[in-house]
Amino acid sequence: MRAYLPDYEMITAPSLQGALEVLARGEFRPFAGGTDLMVLFEAGKLSHHKWLSIWGLDELRGIRVEAAHIAMGALTTYSQIQRDATVQAEFPLLIEAARLTGAIAIQNRGTLGGNIVNASPAADSPPALLVYEAELELVSCVGGKIVSRWVSYRDFHTGYKSTLLKKGELLRTIRLPRTLGAEKGWVQHYRKVGTRKAQAISKICIAAAARVEGAKITDARIALGSVAPVPMRCLKTEAYLRGKDLGLAASWMGEARAVIASEISPIDDIRSNADYRRGVTQNLLEEFVKKLSSGSTR
Amino acid sequence: MRQTQTVGRSVQRKEGREKLTGQARYVDDLTFPNMLHGVTVRSSIPRGRIKKIHFEHGVPWGEFTIVKASDIQGSNHVALILKDQPFLAEELINHCEEAVVLLAHPDKHLLEKARKLVGIETDPLPPVFTIEEALAGKQIIWGADNVFKAYRVEKGDLDSVWAKADRVIEAEYETGAQEQLYIENNGMIAVANPQDGVTVWGSMQCPYYVHKGLLPLFNLPQEKIRVIQTETGGGFGGKEEYPTLLAGHAALLAWKSGRPVKMIYDRAEDMVATTKRHPSRTRHRTAVSKDGKLIGMEIEFNIDGGAYATLSSVVLSRGTIHSAGPYFCPHVRVISRAVATNSPPHGAFRGFGAPQSLFALERHMDHVARELGLEPDEFRRRNFLREGLTTATSQLIREKVDLSGLLDHALEKSDYHAKRERFARENPGSSVKKGIGFATFLHGGGFTGSGEKTLASVVGVEATPHGQVRVLAASTEIGQGTNTIFSQIAADALKLPYEQLEVAQPDTAHVPNSGPTVASRTVMVVGKLVETAAVALRDLLIGAGLLPAEYSPEQFRQACAGYIEKFGQLRANSQYKQPPNIEWDDEKYQGDAYGAFSWAVYVAEVSVDTVTWETHVDDFVALQEVGRVMNPILAAGQIEGGVAQGIGYALYENVVWKDGRMANGQMTNYIMPTSMDLASIRVFFEENPYSYGPSGAKGIGELPLDGPAPAILNAVENATGLKVRKIPLMPEVLMQEAKRGAHV
Repeated sequence: MRAYLPDYEMITAPSLQGALEVLARGEFRPFAGGTDLMVLFEAGKLSHHKWLSIWGLDELRGIRVEAAHIAMGALTTYSQIQRDATVQAEFPLLIEAARLTGAIAIQNRGTLGGNIVNASPAADSPPALLVYEAELELVSCVGGKIVSRWVSYRDFHTGYKSTLLKKGELLRTIRLPRTLGAEKGWVQHYRKVGTRKAQAISKICIAAAARVEGAKITDARIALGSVAPVPMRCLKTEAYLRGKDLGLAASWMGEARAVIASEISPIDDIRSNADYRRGVTQNLLEEFVKKLSSGSTR
Repeated sequence: MRQTQTVGRSVQRKEGREKLTGQARYVDDLTFPNMLHGVTVRSSIPRGRIKKIHFEHGVPWGEFTIVKASDIQGSNHVALILKDQPFLAEELINHCEEAVVLLAHPDKHLLEKARKLVGIETDPLPPVFTIEEALAGKQIIWGADNVFKAYRVEKGDLDSVWAKADRVIEAEYETGAQEQLYIENNGMIAVANPQDGVTVWGSMQCPYYVHKGLLPLFNLPQEKIRVIQTETGGGFGGKEEYPTLLAGHAALLAWKSGRPVKMIYDRAEDMVATTKRHPSRTRHRTAVSKDGKLIGMEIEFNIDGGAYATLSSVVLSRGTIHSAGPYFCPHVRVISRAVATNSPPHGAFRGFGAPQSLFALERHMDHVARELGLEPDEFRRRNFLREGLTTATSQLIREKVDLSGLLDHALEKSDYHAKRERFARENPGSSVKKGIGFATFLHGGGFTGSGEKTLASVVGVEATPHGQVRVLAASTEIGQGTNTIFSQIAADALKLPYEQLEVAQPDTAHVPNSGPTVASRTVMVVGKLVETAAVALRDLLIGAGLLPAEYSPEQFRQACAGYIEKFGQLRANSQYKQPPNIEWDDEKYQGDAYGAFSWAVYVAEVSVDTVTWETHVDDFVALQEVGRVMNPILAAGQIEGGVAQGIGYALYENVVWKDGRMANGQMTNYIMPTSMDLASIRVFFEENPYSYGPSGAKGIGELPLDGPAPAILNAVENATGLKVRKIPLMPEVLMQEAKRGAHV
């Protein structure tokens, strides 16, 4: 351990309101599962020293199934996600993402909310959440009262490691509309290209869904991780795909590949390089389209 | 009553229960009264001059023990082969992890804070990072020409063959560095003061190397230095020489503070600062006849030794000798060099130079076969070494060797021919391309040439009045099974139950120098000494008239009790004697390089996903002839583990260098394969007992790292037609090759 422990402070709060009051003062930052922060701490690179553990706040836990949505508390762990029957039935991309995140110990401790606010472009769950058009509830304490606002997850990441979250705000709920499960004809697809088959950080990650009627793509949602400063929706590619005839895919595939390549801005880093990320992103898109053509669903 | 033989059976590991139940004590489990912790402050630049060292405010510096080069009373060099590496840099910095200052304090957490407050001011000098830059010699960073060592092997008259050859085929091959990744990081505890001398406890492969290294540092008589190996969680060569440096550091702090000092590296420090496998470049120029016979081989083999000589000359030697592989060729020239660069020194890693040069050779053999229009197996069959033929160093093969038979069996077990045909048919219609490839290779057991004769290793065997027998050797148990195998050998030699045998903890105050735990020599060479010493002990009892020729364990016990009562102690020693017919010329690099070779054929089956260009090993057949198999489970474990490391070497383990420093020194980003990435590894042994090994055993430990990388890349070429000649083969590289259209 390269950090000097006495230089750090960690406190807890008895309730969400209490926690928000502490956060409102601006001195302390929230500490959930700690699976990202402890890595920095161990390496002596955790620069902030005052932490508020929110691990004990049960009101931030649990998955609630409503008519039009499922609502997940920010502290819901990857393990809890994998065990939930509704998520299994309707949100397979999120199940895949949770299953491929870290090791079992990490899945038991790491939280969905933490994965979102840590804001790593290489995180596994954001592409799935982007495809499902997640909405986030952000809460803060104003004048002794809990104030809540909802934002679209698509707008949440504003730049590398920066988000809409204001000082004193906490992510309380992640809400997913149950659209894809309810409507007919959606094909869903997730693939993480990691450095190895398990316990890996992604080099590229794709989550995608498309609605196919006959041989025609009527709607498409495509999200990527690790190819831009933020997890991103590929809106241009989605627009390009809408209305395309799968029977003629050979004629427009080259163009589709060019469109997705134009949307991303991959870099060289310790795990991979920009060329590979660009090429494989294009291949992954093609693989998804082929899956649509073959009519397989999952 | 005759006991059942234990050799050839999978008896339980001697220390297995302690390890499994967590009772085994590793160095970090030990605590001494008044103990301090120690850390190392390292340089931050690859090359330069130290101007000034300053200590910033922020910790109570008065409480710290601080050691710099100027505190060293003896000689500031790590005694190994040459004397170029200092324990602590004095003026010059030659790599970016060079130790400059040592700190000790009772609070190990405060040490981390202090470590960041030591400032080393430097004047940078231009660094050298690659073999090419080192050989170009623009910057001379070591000796007169940046070359630690060069060898030249000449067999026959190579210059005469080029004109006669039907074809001359050339290519270049490259291998990367590899981190050993033993489970237990390096660690050491030292007690050192003028009255008692220096004693160190730690994780290591070679207690007598550490002993030799500490002598000049403290300028003390031999008996004042004592080295004790604690339970060791793996080494793979990474604890061959590095522990000497760490032991010196802990001892320097202990000497200055007058208190015991413990130094334990964390994973990040262990990965970036300690030795790795030498990166290599090999160029092959091969003359062949139309009918597929090798007539001339010219091999240029260069390795990157890093900043100091350490073991590079010996690694180079083994790589050089293995570079022409298990083939007969009448005319061979090998020119090899180990060069200096400004990265931390590269060192021993399982295989020790052979995986590098054999990777090049076995990729090249496939290349030449294709150029000749021959199948890879057929081309190799026409050139295999066999009894009566000579190796590249003109070593006459005196033992029965049937490489063609091994190849037949391995190809049969992997269903090679049928799969090759099926993949060729099915690949065009699939985005996942399948392929199968193999490598045939050899590995010499024991030290090279006259090395074993020079070492003149000694093993002792002693008995208690209760008939308990103990093997005394400096050969270490590092997870590979030394304790178990030595006990098996001695039990059978003495016709005693396995339970009656034990192996002493290696401690230079109590065990003789049986040499280092390296070079696949522990069973083949030291095991033979265990056998001889055990027989000598039995003969003492028989000679004294206390034991009949046939005896029961109870009779043995009584004989021990009687002998000890009469003579005080019952102990027999055995010293290495070279088997007959071994002649080695160190000048010309010709002669009998090794007492015995182990032989193998490894077959890899892979799939390459052309969406991501990831390669997965689907099936792996490892078939070898290692003499007698002493303990089937341990032997299979050695092979499986070695193959897993070989798969990592070939496909996953990529040391990312940034200005001479490992940039991915964490297990998150330095990727070793998990069980999900590995194939089913199917291990097969064929036994051909070696006359001079215990019960016929030969070397086994390093062999399994030689074959996987070339077999896998040969399979990738079979799958994709892409001729990649460099490892690790990352998906990024394969995609680039595919784009370049490097298809056949």
